[in-house]
Amino acid sequence: MQLTDINKTFGGRGADAVQALKDINLSITSNEFVSLIGPSGCGKSTLLRLVGDLITPSAGDVRVNGKPAHEARLKREYGMVFQQATLMDWRTIRQNIELPLEVMAWSTDRRQARARQMLELVHLGEFERHFPWQLSGGMQQRVAIARALAFEPALLLMDEPFGALDEMTRERMQLEVLRIWSQTRTTVIFVTHSIPEAVFLSTRVVVMSARPGRISAIIDVDLPQPRNFETREDPRFFEKITEVREALRRDEARGVALRAATS
Amino acid sequence: MNQRLERWLPALAVFVIVLVAWEGLVGAFHIQRFLLPAPSLIWTTFWRVLPDLALATGYTAGNAIGGLVLGAALGVLVALATARWTVINEGLMPFAVAVNAMPIIALAPILNQWFGLQNPFSKISVVALLVFFPVMINMVRGLTQVSPAALELFRSYAANEFIVLGQLRLPNSLPYLFSALKVGASLSVIAAVVSEYFGGTQRALGQFISQRAGLFNFPEAWAGIVVACLLGLGLYGIVVAVERAAMPWRR
Repeated sequence: MQLTDINKTFGGRGADAVQALKDINLSITSNEFVSLIGPSGCGKSTLLRLVGDLITPSAGDVRVNGKPAHEARLKREYGMVFQQATLMDWRTIRQNIELPLEVMAWSTDRRQARARQMLELVHLGEFERHFPWQLSGGMQQRVAIARALAFEPALLLMDEPFGALDEMTRERMQLEVLRIWSQTRTTVIFVTHSIPEAVFLSTRVVVMSARPGRISAIIDVDLPQPRNFETREDPRFFEKITEVREALRRDEARGVALRAATS
Repeated sequence: MNQRLERWLPALAVFVIVLVAWEGLVGAFHIQRFLLPAPSLIWTTFWRVLPDLALATGYTAGNAIGGLVLGAALGVLVALATARWTVINEGLMPFAVAVNAMPIIALAPILNQWFGLQNPFSKISVVALLVFFPVMINMVRGLTQVSPAALELFRSYAANEFIVLGQLRLPNSLPYLFSALKVGASLSVIAAVVSEYFGGTQRALGQFISQRAGLFNFPEAWAGIVVACLLGLGLYGIVVAVERAAMPWRR
């Protein structure tokens, strides 16, 4: 995936216009796990939606596997998982996973087989016939992930999917996502607020700063794979967390100085 | 089973107490039967007038159900049309909400004259009109008030408008629709009975009640009123049963 000179402004040309993103350039190769981290308002969710062609850039170019983002969306190359699982209340768990496959007009047999396969992947096989209200938040997110991966998209876009979960469920889900990522070999772009989460999951962490949204640092996380609970105790893990935190703090300081200088 | 019984027990107790108190008060204060008959008198009267009452109830029930189905069908169709073309929606909705707040039942005498007193459609049209507005308004809400996250999800699947309608908007609107139908069920009996007060065939529940009341034959009038209430409850119960069948995912 390639982002070239992306700029995004909301609110037209008037005085109220907000520049959400400025001169974003980013290149992501397949099988990477890239996190976007930054303070609120730095445009990370906007950037994710730009990649997924849910919004269009004011300037610049988004390419996925050589195709423009719009074409990639029409070719169903994106799987998306948001903070709310957004499952359909009136469908069973298996039917929820089948939803994108129905939209893509897969045959009934093929759909059901794939849905069952995905259920096994996220360890929810026995909940096939349950309804969303019968599942906990963490389980619903697993269904959302299964649904997003059902049609084997090239790119998995996740926007703070574990934001609404408690700490322990979060850590379990992080391991789940890593396991699924290694099994399916998709490319993942993951938006998060949490520095440890970003470092634990990613091969690279993209640090963004706000007003306007920019990429201020890209940090390689060369911790060994597969990551597990031992990784959390590795001293290099803490070094990386500190590195990311420093990058974020540098931006904050720079921002404060800038505002002090211009006021 | 026991749990269900426990839930209904307080209401049942109140019902029985009210009946007994009613009976007792009428007896104790020697209230004249033309003012307020005792439940026991209504009961015996009911069995006496059953043949006429049954015929009248059948006619009125037919009007109520016919109007309910007609009004609901039109309401759903118009809602589908206005949700699709939002321009119509914005133009029509304020009027629909305003008309819904008006006493549409006041049109009953006019509609009676338009279609003819003896024509059952004069009564069905009043019912349909009363049912149409809540159904249409609720259906439009159900079709348009879908979560933005869900719309983004379908966009990520590159789904066209028809798929979004069938897979998201319509299922989303079912609770709204049934909520309006429950209101409509009660309204339909009220509208059918009241529109019959203004004239038409004598074999109608509204006529049964108003004529008996006019002749001060209150025990028979009350028998009719009780049946009208039961009819309203029955229709409501049917809608609830259909709702449970149509939405098995509700807890």
